[in-house]
Amino acid sequence: MRDVAIISFAQTDHQRAVTNANEVEMLMPVTAAAIERAGMTKDDIGFTCSGSTDYLAGTAFSFVSTLDGVGPWPPIQESHVEMDGAWALYEAWVKLQLGDIDTALIYSYGKSSPGPTHEVQSRQLDPYFVAPLWPDTISLSALQARALLEAGKATEKDFADVVARSRKAALGNPHAQLKWDKPADQVLAEPMLVDPLRKDDCPPITDGAAAVVLAADDVARAHCSRPAWIRGIDHRIESAVLGLRELTDSPSTRSAGQKAGVGNGSVDLAELHAPFSYQELILREALGLGGDVDINPSGGALCANPIMAAGLIRFGEAAQRIMDGNSSRAVAHATSGACLQQNLVCMLESDS
Amino acid sequence: MPGTQESTGLTLPKALQGVELVKSVRTPAELRYQYTAGAATTRFLTGLAQKKIMGERCPKCGKVYVPPRGCCASDGVPTTEQVDLPHKGTVTSFCIVNVQFYGQAMEVPYTSALVLLDGADLSLMHLLQEVAVEDVHIGMRVEAVWVDDDKIGPTLESIRYFRPNGEPDADVAQPGEHGWGELEHA
Repeated sequence: MRDVAIISFAQTDHQRAVTNANEVEMLMPVTAAAIERAGMTKDDIGFTCSGSTDYLAGTAFSFVSTLDGVGPWPPIQESHVEMDGAWALYEAWVKLQLGDIDTALIYSYGKSSPGPTHEVQSRQLDPYFVAPLWPDTISLSALQARALLEAGKATEKDFADVVARSRKAALGNPHAQLKWDKPADQVLAEPMLVDPLRKDDCPPITDGAAAVVLAADDVARAHCSRPAWIRGIDHRIESAVLGLRELTDSPSTRSAGQKAGVGNGSVDLAELHAPFSYQELILREALGLGGDVDINPSGGALCANPIMAAGLIRFGEAAQRIMDGNSSRAVAHATSGACLQQNLVCMLESDS
Repeated sequence: MPGTQESTGLTLPKALQGVELVKSVRTPAELRYQYTAGAATTRFLTGLAQKKIMGERCPKCGKVYVPPRGCCASDGVPTTEQVDLPHKGTVTSFCIVNVQFYGQAMEVPYTSALVLLDGADLSLMHLLQEVAVEDVHIGMRVEAVWVDDDKIGPTLESIRYFRPNGEPDADVAQPGEHGWGELEHA
């Protein structure tokens, strides 16, 4: 395998609604910052890969328009995934393994504010039996949370602890949208939104964008004093049929974690893409992360959830802490689909 | 249908035996959005409401985009300078629409044209009228015809169409080409 690392990361200050900019205007400062922080210009980028979905803002071919923001003329090598940007990063990593290019720009963005985001997301479900019922994201997640509680694997207090810890951690994250410091008991005193989930168990609705630069071998070393090397990366999918799944566990995360080599050494930090509080508990269990691991020091998707970018941000946040010298072995995770259907796990390490 | 039963080997309850196959289902979906035009498009639409066609210039390569999207597709940087463009230009390409389709507002045949406004580097698509379709040609000089002043608003429909302005044809070196010239960055 070729050594490939994340060498820079940038993200927006996430907001409930960006009304003064279209998608490309929201994105451009972020891609420019990621390229600049890598000590490069756009001409140094060998491959560009993005992740987004036109359904969010209801703008047909918006991903083509946003490409203008990276200067695709004369023509560049480019690809797009209708997935979170973490999957665009995965594609770029594969591309870099082929060896003919040394650098890649990955970006993703999501504007949830223009549309009814929880209904929009129901369009990704089975079109015959599920999508016609228009199940919103919160209700589907509540089904999963209920299963977890009834199985005796977690309590509402466990959910509230995740919320309190995450929102407090976000106080140290200038990009986070939702942050505060209050005890879990106060979270528990709040009324149910969709039982058994309280509003605080749910992510905010967010507009935002993120970008990452990947580089291989010596190019990474030349442009970054402490690259975040990708030592393992794997993606697993479970059935789209909710009734066929064991909702209180995440076997896809477990498999991906094993393939990525999470258990091959001690982990000091993990950025887990868990938009709903209870999902963090399922993911920790599946990845075998103990109490000594610093989970979501950024606050996670509970504190800023730009759909299609929130997974890539987990990769960027974990990598940034390695680049800054605050971690030497970190897990980055991204999820997609309903109730943790798809999971991508990456092992990031500093030079030992 | 009996055939279904035989082909799948499935034993159906009596009530479903001989029932016609479902050949299609309709699951209507409607989602409503509040579109965000963005800064550059807002500037462009605001200009139209004042009977102006405002392009935007790239600070690096100097190209002028209209309608502007807020960035230069060559340099990947925000456009920073507004340019008040003249309301006339040159046809760089066109098509004659002979097909009637649902929702069509125009009577066929009519002409859709790419018009490169003087001073712009990106052509604008609009209708071309007051000229017989067989007389339309690349290089034709045209001008904008606006709707009545009381109908003008922040929409491209403020321009009703373009029409020949009587100037001699312009030299269009390469049809369809609109100022990109050579691949100078290559």
